[in-house]
Amino acid sequence: MLGYFIRRVLVLIPVFLAVSAVIFSIIHLIPGDPIDNLLKIGAGPEQREIMTARYGLDKPLVVQYWIWLSGVLQGDLGTAIVARRPVADLIAQALPHSLALGLCALAFSTFFGIVLGTIAALTRDRWPDQLIMTVVLLGSTVPGFWLGLLLILVFSVWLGMFPVSGARDWSAMVLPVLTVGLGGTALVARVTRVAMVEAGQRDFLMLLHAKGMRPARIQLRHVLRHALIPVVTILSLRIGWILGGAVTVEVVFARPGLGTLLIKSLNQHDYPVVQACLLILAMAVMLGTLAGDLIQAAMDPRVRAAL
Amino acid sequence: MLLRVKNLSVSIGTLTLLEGVSFDLAKGEIMGLVGESGSGKSLTALALTGLLPLIGGRVTAGSLEFDGTDMVTQPKRKLRALRGRRIAFITQNPMTALDPVQRIGPQVDFVSRTHLGLDRKAARARTIALLTQLRIPQADAICSSYPHQLSGGMKQRIVIAMALAGDPDLIVADEPTTALDVTVQAQIIHLLTRLVRERGLSLVLITHDMGVVAQACDKVAVLYAGRLAEQKPVHALFASPQHPYSAALIDCIPREGMAPGSLTGIPGNVASATAYPSGCRFHPRCPRAGAGCDTKVPVQRGLSDAGTVACHYPLNGAPDV
Ligand SMILES: Nc1ncnc2c1ncn2[C@@H]1O[C@H](COP(=O)(O)OP(=O)(O)OP(=O)(O)O)[C@@H](O)[C@H]1O
Ligand code: SF4
Ligand SMILES: [Mg+2]
Repeated sequence: MLGYFIRRVLVLIPVFLAVSAVIFSIIHLIPGDPIDNLLKIGAGPEQREIMTARYGLDKPLVVQYWIWLSGVLQGDLGTAIVARRPVADLIAQALPHSLALGLCALAFSTFFGIVLGTIAALTRDRWPDQLIMTVVLLGSTVPGFWLGLLLILVFSVWLGMFPVSGARDWSAMVLPVLTVGLGGTALVARVTRVAMVEAGQRDFLMLLHAKGMRPARIQLRHVLRHALIPVVTILSLRIGWILGGAVTVEVVFARPGLGTLLIKSLNQHDYPVVQACLLILAMAVMLGTLAGDLIQAAMDPRVRAAL
Repeated sequence: MLLRVKNLSVSIGTLTLLEGVSFDLAKGEIMGLVGESGSGKSLTALALTGLLPLIGGRVTAGSLEFDGTDMVTQPKRKLRALRGRRIAFITQNPMTALDPVQRIGPQVDFVSRTHLGLDRKAARARTIALLTQLRIPQADAICSSYPHQLSGGMKQRIVIAMALAGDPDLIVADEPTTALDVTVQAQIIHLLTRLVRERGLSLVLITHDMGVVAQACDKVAVLYAGRLAEQKPVHALFASPQHPYSAALIDCIPREGMAPGSLTGIPGNVASATAYPSGCRFHPRCPRAGAGCDTKVPVQRGLSDAGTVACHYPLNGAPDV
């Protein structure tokens, strides 16, 4: 198990390098540069050259990449060109907001997804199942930002229950969490239902009945236990995407966070900040997948044996 | 009698898959239940353990009495209290019988904890004692391993241990060894029947191996196409089978000194439940078939020593047509 963990972490190193190279190239391919945002109106070409040289933007791209990468590997994300602060400070301010939103949305969709999926599986083809599955189908086809705007309209503008925007207290979290979490809830519910139905046909259930086990216990202790294995896999693949989803929703709700920071820095071509934000999102996807594989190994002795 | 089955019929949907099956089983008796694939052996086992609803089946006629209580009319909760406690079931395939993500120990402990009210420690001690009696080495270590770490024979011993853990009166074993290696098969049957005999339990042993029946059973019931063909003490069946199908089954047993390849199967195909032949369902394959066999259903008759047979032209007996 430990050997497996170490191997998995080592594999992340080349992936990390490849991802960082892709992020760096894409950003430098976007037309425009941060100097435009720094120059005073009417500044001449000499001033531009001075500024460009000051931020090292006149060096070949490969050299720029190397300077950035070696900094990152030593834990130095650099200094924001436009915002003129250490990138690490900007990230440290933004990340907790995004993490809180992402984790709440993840917890929300995990809990309600599993509960709804289980109810649907247990009442298969009867009305609770049909109701849940219809709602879930609607929920999974609606885009997040549209849902966000709809929720704002109903709960903030019409009902006045929650603030329209910002991040002052918990009530400002409710609508963003719903917006990010509902799509995930739908997905988890669907996967849970299918996995429960499939697990409910396993041969070993016969012997549990033969031992005189209560059907409720069979469903919750054995069928659900098996059904959760694929659910965990799906969830771990979504961890990164949920953080990404939080990013779009932050813009809709004008919340501080990684998303807001990313959009602002993109508009200003503030390379070091954009690179750091994207790198963090990519890392979240990679770590989520790793966590999922580890949890799966913990849940299934057959997977452990195959490691 | 511990078990009285009278005229039992079982249906799934509109299809009647078991029809008019009757037999008795006394305390301490071992009965073999034989028949070709699809003859209704597993359905009989599920009926005896009250598990028919699991596959969408139900008893449509007849009665099933276990130690004086009618199993057909028992509420679900009462049946559940009997299962694992007084009636134990050993399922067909040990490879898929155990929960693959739970350790062996708790799977066996469950039975004595639930039915005998033992606490965790006492249940585990009982489990280890049972596994040891089943000649499982290092029972302690086996308790903390997972099913995929054990061989098929070992898994079937675990399932047998579960069956014994509730201190039952009746064990129903559905082809407990067909999925195993030939060498392991004999060991397991020997172990199971020895433990059953030692404890004076009753056993319904489903098999399609007449050799096992001859070796291990007191009496035998032969099923053909969802109906009972013949039932009687084992020695009587082997000495003088009366149903042509039983006679054919006995002829199929390999014996010492037989030339290889001389083994004759029963000609013709097993009847399908969706298109059973009229009259006696064996008539398209029966060497003795005569007038009336294709129109009249033969009824169970007691022609000899403590057995019954359903045939119009039995061997060593008077025709009833
Ligand atoms: N769940 C089910 N749905 C429909 N038909 C079934 C079902 N289970 C069994 N049957 C049918 O009932 C008949 C008897 O089946 P059963 O499983 O009792 O046979 P068996 O004697 O145990 O055979 P085998 O030796 O193959 O285990 C067969 O014709 C089978 O096709
Ligand atoms: S009733 Fe007729 S067909 Fe059926 S077994 Fe007897 S002789 Fe054969
Ligand atoms: Mg069977």
